[in-house]
Amino acid sequence: MTAAAVRFRLAAPPVSGVLRPRLLAVCLGLGLLAFVLFCLGMTVGDYPLSVGRVLAALVSRGDYYDQVVVYDWRMPRALAGLLVGFAFGMSGALFQTITRNPLAAPDVIGISAGAAVAVVGGIVLGIGSGVGTQTLGLAGAVLAAVVIYVLAWRRGTTGYRIILVGIGVSWMCTSATAYLLARAKLHEAQQAVGWLVGNLNDVTWSQTTPLLLALAVLVPVTLVLSGWLRTLQLGDDVAAGLGTPVQRARFLLLLAAVGLVAFGTAAAGPVAFVALAAPQIARRLAGVPAPPLVASACTGAVVVLGADLLARLVVGLPVGVITGVLGAPFLLWLLARANRAGSGG
Amino acid sequence: MTVELRAAGLRLAYGDRVVVPDLSLLVPPGRISVIVGANACGKSTLLRALARLLAPRSGQVLLDGRSVHALPTRAVARELGLLPQAPVAPDGLTVLDLVTRGRSPHQSWWRQWSSADEQAVTSALRATDLADLADRPVDELSGGQRQRAWLAMAIAQQTPVLLLDEPTTFLDLAHQIDVLDLVVDLNRDEDRTIVMVLHDLNQACRYADHVIAMKSGEIVAQGGPAEVVTPATVEDVFDLTCQVTTDPVSGTPLVIPIGRHHSTESVAR
Amino acid sequence: MRTRLLLIASVCVLFVLCLLSLAFGTRAVPLGDVLAVLTGHGSPDLEALVWGGRLPRTLLGLLVGAALGLAGAVMQSLTRNPLGDPGLLGISAGAAFGVVVAVATTGVASLYGHLGFAFAGALAASVVVYLLGSAGRGGATPVKLALAGVAITALLTSLTSGIALVDPVALNRYRFWAAGSLAGQDAGVALRVLPFVLAGVVLALALAPALNSMALGDDVATALGRRAGLVRLQGAVAITLLTGSAVAVVGPIVFVGLVVPHVARAITGPDHRWLLPFSMVLAPILVLAADIAGRLIARPGETEVGIVVAFTGAPFFIALVRRRRLAEL
Repeated sequence: MTAAAVRFRLAAPPVSGVLRPRLLAVCLGLGLLAFVLFCLGMTVGDYPLSVGRVLAALVSRGDYYDQVVVYDWRMPRALAGLLVGFAFGMSGALFQTITRNPLAAPDVIGISAGAAVAVVGGIVLGIGSGVGTQTLGLAGAVLAAVVIYVLAWRRGTTGYRIILVGIGVSWMCTSATAYLLARAKLHEAQQAVGWLVGNLNDVTWSQTTPLLLALAVLVPVTLVLSGWLRTLQLGDDVAAGLGTPVQRARFLLLLAAVGLVAFGTAAAGPVAFVALAAPQIARRLAGVPAPPLVASACTGAVVVLGADLLARLVVGLPVGVITGVLGAPFLLWLLARANRAGSGG
Repeated sequence: MTVELRAAGLRLAYGDRVVVPDLSLLVPPGRISVIVGANACGKSTLLRALARLLAPRSGQVLLDGRSVHALPTRAVARELGLLPQAPVAPDGLTVLDLVTRGRSPHQSWWRQWSSADEQAVTSALRATDLADLADRPVDELSGGQRQRAWLAMAIAQQTPVLLLDEPTTFLDLAHQIDVLDLVVDLNRDEDRTIVMVLHDLNQACRYADHVIAMKSGEIVAQGGPAEVVTPATVEDVFDLTCQVTTDPVSGTPLVIPIGRHHSTESVAR
Repeated sequence: MRTRLLLIASVCVLFVLCLLSLAFGTRAVPLGDVLAVLTGHGSPDLEALVWGGRLPRTLLGLLVGAALGLAGAVMQSLTRNPLGDPGLLGISAGAAFGVVVAVATTGVASLYGHLGFAFAGALAASVVVYLLGSAGRGGATPVKLALAGVAITALLTSLTSGIALVDPVALNRYRFWAAGSLAGQDAGVALRVLPFVLAGVVLALALAPALNSMALGDDVATALGRRAGLVRLQGAVAITLLTGSAVAVVGPIVFVGLVVPHVARAITGPDHRWLLPFSMVLAPILVLAADIAGRLIARPGETEVGIVVAFTGAPFFIALVRRRRLAEL
């Protein structure tokens, strides 16, 4: 199952490392696919645009009105889809590598639940959309993460304790959300469910810009920190023996992961399943032992953009419905393939 | 280049359970030291404390006179290498990848495969007889091969001091001797200080320059094998009656246990 | 011995809670009057209140609690995962899906109407999860089961949300069910699920010795004469019956099944012959106490039991996680 690696060394500049051709190919392929879906996404809408005209508008040629439609109306949503998928995919990969558990995902450990209770609470109080919802979602996610970390901290944290405490917090938040849903008026409940499932409708630049800025900071930071992941995978003792500052590394990596999830959730709600499935899909496609950061991110982007396209063209439902409905069978298929080959997932 | 590793007044505990109340130790530089003792006497705890994995409640672990917890952990990783008990590798990680991870304290993110790295990894693989298995996933190897892969990782780290926690577990006798002979090579040829926890007392006698016998978190005796391994000490530390004779091959003490079914009287029957 | 005494004490506590559950609510009924009603000498309006409302509710709390506690204990043993709550087999998600499908297709929004669908949904989901998890080499290992459970849960949750967004009546029914309430159910509901719960209880309790062996690992268990595959199957059936019944009626308060076995294990240790009965008694204590509290804190309205369980159970669980190293199974 493990793909080949190529080791290289340059004389000048003194750069050397390990290349994994299959992983690179997967990243490039998925990145390209994401871009294609990104452009296709912008062709959908009341004002008909072909792919050619979208591309022309992107490079600031072509009809002026086309450019307005693309830049003002279509791009925020498409870009949000791309970035949200990217953020969730990368965040899921981080969580799963740090906790050494393929089932760990921000949805499981309570961060999405924190955002959910904040947003649904907001809806019941009258803050239904836009910047208000976004801020609440961000605040809820961050607060949940802080609470989980603090509660799990006892002379340091372990992946195991974080998961368990996260489940407890998730349970409380989910119950509170159910309570609010039952108390709300029906139209508020509808609005809430629409957000809870993961939704890119009504996304404008005021949602997408903060997301873009946040990722512009978080992604490079994460990539720099990712070196620590290589040793953390081997267990705390071995990692410490190899000179990794285990507690600090785990804290910073979790911070990055939470940041990615929080901003993604703030923009589009807790889009079902992406953070859980994308890293596992990427890992199997690339043939590597642990969920690869960039490939997971690209997989997440492809999943969200593809699901959104399908959601709008075929079903008329929010993106989160499709990611769950399609993502789950795909994961199951991958599992079945692995089972037959004997590695059992 | 030898590095001095010493423990001063160490008090080690897990939660409320004190395992080592007050221990001081100077690890003889450039020698092979073996820590022996019954189960749960604190051997692994001491090793973990020496490796800075466990912060002492009081006392210090000093590397060349400086506290191991005050130094940047990467710097310590270039001096001290550790092979813990029962490590677990992620599914699908190859032997070559695992051994390469041992080079992390020497690497920067733009230099992940320098010629020093390549040389260290290749010689580690050769020394542990794993060159043919380099591309196999670690979790597909047998228990013995896996243990050798982890050992290769610790060797590739190229530290002047190497701490090994029961490195011969899961190995058959031939491979146990291979590993221990390899440890002697590392000590003689590369002048590395070795501290090992071993279960087998006779192997400890054969391969150790310095034996440290522990009981209930304290050092009961330390010194050369002949000084330490006497029937009285074995009785004290292991609660085992024995005779000690001389190993005809290596000239070191050989412990012959006396159990209930074997004694000098019953043999005469 | 100590465990036996604690079990008896717990049963006594449970009995007291039952009486309290009959006594308290929007209108507090003195215990003396409760006993009078129970023995047939009470006033007619009290009789309606107690027999018609509180007794079914108490019985349901007992039944649901016992079912979930037992199912949770078996689940955690089977998956050798302290995070194993019965919902991992996709049961809650299946029930939720059943509820929205029931309302969307039949337009029926009554409790009886969706009960069958919910139960069927729960059963179907767990069958699918089990089949998927046991396909391939090695049979139904914990990891494969959990992954299959997660995938099916996600699938069903998305479908449920989709239907709820399209059909407001379904959404309405679903959101009340999802809050997890013992209220408004009559005795008939409890009786309808009783046979399934009983079957599940019998299956689960019979498994106790086998689970003790299984806890030592499949190899050891086989050496001790257990057939691992069969034990897992029996366990899965028991879990499905117990949890499916509970969730179909009351909503997804499955986390009772996650927390209670840990508390029980802290008292009994890993011996399933004590662990299972203890879980069966402690869980209804939690559920009934939560229900009573829910009736008292929001008078004259009430807070659903699911919420109270969450807000008392979760902090307790977190405290447990912090204080001791939760036993690896």
